[in-house]
Amino acid sequence: MTVKTNYGAYPDGNKDALDTFHGNQLVYFAWDDHLGLGTAFAFPFPPEMPFLAFTGEVLPNVCGAHPDFEKVDLAKATWILDGESFIPDESKNLIENGIGHKSLLRLKTPGLTGYKGSGS
Amino acid sequence: MAKKLNMRKRYELLTRGLGWEPTYQSKEKVFPQESYEGIKIVDWDKWEDPFRLTADAYWKYQAEKDKKLYAIIDSFSQNNGHLNLTNASYINALKLFIQGVSPLEYGAHRGYANLARQFSGEGAQIACQMQSIDELRHLQTQIHTLSHYNKHFTGLHDPFHMHDNVWYLSVPKSYFEDAKSAGPFEFITSISFAFEYILTNLLFVPFMSGAAHNGDMATVTFGFSAQSDESRHMTLGLEIIKFIVEQHEDNLEIVQGWIDKHFWRAYRVLGLVSAMQDYMLPDSPMSWKEAWDIYFVDNCGALFKDLGRYGLRMPKFHEQATAEAEHLSHQIYFTLYQFSHAAAFQTEIPSKEKMDWLSEKYPNTFDKYYRPRWEMYAEMEKQGKRYFNAGLPQLCQVCQVPMCFTEISKGRPLDLSYRLSEFKGDKFHTCTDACKAIFDHEPEKYAHAWLPVHQILKGNCGGEGIPDVLKHYHFNPEDTGEYKGSADDLSWREAHGESNDFEESA
Repeated sequence: MTVKTNYGAYPDGNKDALDTFHGNQLVYFAWDDHLGLGTAFAFPFPPEMPFLAFTGEVLPNVCGAHPDFEKVDLAKATWILDGESFIPDESKNLIENGIGHKSLLRLKTPGLTGYKGSGS
Repeated sequence: MAKKLNMRKRYELLTRGLGWEPTYQSKEKVFPQESYEGIKIVDWDKWEDPFRLTADAYWKYQAEKDKKLYAIIDSFSQNNGHLNLTNASYINALKLFIQGVSPLEYGAHRGYANLARQFSGEGAQIACQMQSIDELRHLQTQIHTLSHYNKHFTGLHDPFHMHDNVWYLSVPKSYFEDAKSAGPFEFITSISFAFEYILTNLLFVPFMSGAAHNGDMATVTFGFSAQSDESRHMTLGLEIIKFIVEQHEDNLEIVQGWIDKHFWRAYRVLGLVSAMQDYMLPDSPMSWKEAWDIYFVDNCGALFKDLGRYGLRMPKFHEQATAEAEHLSHQIYFTLYQFSHAAAFQTEIPSKEKMDWLSEKYPNTFDKYYRPRWEMYAEMEKQGKRYFNAGLPQLCQVCQVPMCFTEISKGRPLDLSYRLSEFKGDKFHTCTDACKAIFDHEPEKYAHAWLPVHQILKGNCGGEGIPDVLKHYHFNPEDTGEYKGSADDLSWREAHGESNDFEESA
């Protein structure tokens, strides 16, 4: 469907297009079964950021408060990118890994299902 | 002496008698918004104003109500009525009200003023003009009443600036702007019917009976002062829907689509109210779930049975809203709790009594899904690590609520719910099938939504760091964060001779 307007069409393009983030792209990230941390996070990342910087720096910063975090073994973790299962290459950057503007990345840690297994 | 006119004649002269047929310009040019939405009005004279209110009677009633209201709020203020509340944490509900709801009154004032100008039927013009003035009066009485609290508590000082900038307030703001940026018939369906008729009790009962239960007689008084106006607005909401649908058979499908959309948009705004009702009120008169069952499931179920003869049905996705009723307040309040370092109110872990009340009111969900989360946060707090989210949340492109909702109707209440659309090469994330359907219907509009988190990340809200953003929001440091030990908590304890030892009193 198309919106009906009385004073001309809406402007071209999208308000949050890639070129409005000063060289960064938006990436959303959530840790499944850990609702205590809240919703998915929204980050502005340089597209060339190595995936290793994400797991090594960003992850501890936003997930470190959760009691499960120290038990995480990333070697056993699985990932979902934009709804599809995904195996990241840590040596490559976001774009090379197929993580684009407004992609949603989800982490699953088998065996770890939140505070006392509650999903929180 | 001229003979006194009867009521009906007076009404006719003072409303319908004020109209005229334009001759210098075509009617389409004089009322440029009336036709593009596709609504066909054959005969505006069929508009029945259920109240037959004329301007002179209107001013008289309103002046009397104002006189009473201002006498009460003067005496409330002179007697330091704020000291008789159950607890200063109650004020957090008022902060949410003045930041989130009062600016909507002003938005409604503007919206109905526009309708009074854009509708070509005189009966509708007059009704909208009066509602426009009502809404302005509501805003004024709310500001005047709550200004007493502003002298003693935090977070009440700049509600309009906050409403226009702050992340959680973009939820009510974007809903109203969605309606205001639509045509006049969609606006009136949205605000008069979906919001004021279907859902108004779910907004005002929690705030007003919440106020009564917590010793806030000032707020109760402005609530009462607005009540007769609200019943007039509700009646208008119902009449306008019947009028539009009866005018032309083509109108039904359009109006039903707007009811579906705006029911959901308004319901999402009420998510904030549910959190206030179940968590911010020290003494809650009824739970969100109880209110939903009475005011939506029962009352609106009956309403739509009646409206069935006009061909109207219950709003699409109402089953989803009802399924969420046992989860909504918890999911929203957790979000407010962990982001209250960036909010102009304070939050806290519910007391033991409150948790037991929540268990009792939510026997199917609270102990199973939500109590463990509070226990986790309590443990963190005990270790001196009160949980505040270290990032920013992903927002729904349509309702703008952080994406905290789960797959409840699919029986997976512990899985966050994600929906995705694509438009002009970009991804758009929404929280539910309902918000996705709204996006997909008018993607051009929602692709231009001003999402507060994205605006922060673009550097448009004062700077990169949270302190810059809070300054941009006009927040003072004492407005935000944890309630225990906050400026409001400390001054309350001091005024009531209570200890400041939180461990002991917790």
